[in-house]
Amino acid sequence: MKVLLRNPRREIDIEGKYSVNSLLAHLDLPRESHLVIRNGTLVPGDAALAPDDTVEIRPVISGGC
Amino acid sequence: MAAVASKCRVCKEPAVIDLPRHNANFCAEHFLELCRRQVVKAIEKFDMLSKDDRILVAVSGGKDSLAVWDLLIDLGYQADGLYIGLGIGEYSDVSGEYAKNFAAARGLHLITIDLRSEYGYDIPTAAKATRRVPCSACGTSKRHLFDKAALDGGYTVLVTGHNLDDEAAVLFGNTLRWDVEYLSRQLPVLPARNGFPKKVKPLVRLTEREMAAWCVVRGIDYLVDECPMAVGNKHLAYKAALNAIETESPGSKAAFYLNVLDNMAPLLSGRSLAAGEELGACTECGSPTTSDLCAFCRTAQKARAHDPVPVELVLSKGRRRR
Ligand code: SF4
Ligand SMILES: [Zn+2]
Ligand SMILES: [Zn+2]
Repeated sequence: MKVLLRNPRREIDIEGKYSVNSLLAHLDLPRESHLVIRNGTLVPGDAALAPDDTVEIRPVISGGC
Repeated sequence: MAAVASKCRVCKEPAVIDLPRHNANFCAEHFLELCRRQVVKAIEKFDMLSKDDRILVAVSGGKDSLAVWDLLIDLGYQADGLYIGLGIGEYSDVSGEYAKNFAAARGLHLITIDLRSEYGYDIPTAAKATRRVPCSACGTSKRHLFDKAALDGGYTVLVTGHNLDDEAAVLFGNTLRWDVEYLSRQLPVLPARNGFPKKVKPLVRLTEREMAAWCVVRGIDYLVDECPMAVGNKHLAYKAALNAIETESPGSKAAFYLNVLDNMAPLLSGRSLAAGEELGACTECGSPTTSDLCAFCRTAQKARAHDPVPVELVLSKGRRRR
């Protein structure tokens, strides 16, 4: 599946079967500081991701102000 | 894998978000409902706002400020926005576009102030000229201009988009130092006092993740990218530490911050030195201050006397120092 990451913005390809939570764990990204958007829609942690999905992993932490 | 995706706790329709701290999942509609309820609860508990208030929202173009503005309008309040162009390179240009587009699409009134063209300096230059970390020079500038715009515009209350994560991170920092002065002032409502408008934080019961989700579900376009000057600041480190704890023990962040308000704030009330301080007027701008020149005018004066500094220069310096 195609995975869009931010800060800096980049796209990676990931093989294999993942749920939202297992994908975050695989990428070592804390669940509490990210949202996962699958094909344009927000999805919960146990949603299964398919190989033809486009997934955005959006960090939600902002600093300073 | 025929995984059964989670269902909304309220209506059993497919969920869009899991909220471990509530030990539940929610569909879009019931997630929005939960956010509205949390904001109403904060507003009522701390007597933040009334429907007669003329509200000014400090808007950055990021998720929290657009979400709080959206939520207040959604709940039937009258609120205008204020955006300050801080001159932080591309970040400022882009964030201003998000703020303007949000307001234009909803027919809302957005006041804009540009630091460089109206006050003759920008944040990277101020940071360099005052030899302070960017967020400190930035905070001084924003606070002053927000206060001034609220008072000049006849607004009765200034709203900021600080969320639970922001407040918990500040609390964490203050607690690590047992800074009683700051601890005693860290409330979600600051009453108006001479020369300062009332200030409130309606999002203190909602996390950063929930606010980002509010924007996604509501179709609000916001600037996802981080302010380049925040990189490496302590605030972010505190947030990461708190989120590591939260992941192990959902609900910790909310307990940490909200219980301080319930359990500690009464013990600390009246401990703040600032409350009893005699304030004079700044000789330059008339704002209340303890010295001749207020912090804003001191910052602006130094920054104006300095050659403009591009944001990249401040960044590379900051990185080297670490
Ligand atoms: S992160 Fe710091 S420099 Fe950037 S806008 Fe916020 S306070 Fe200003
Ligand atoms: Zn529902
Ligand atoms: Zn002044």
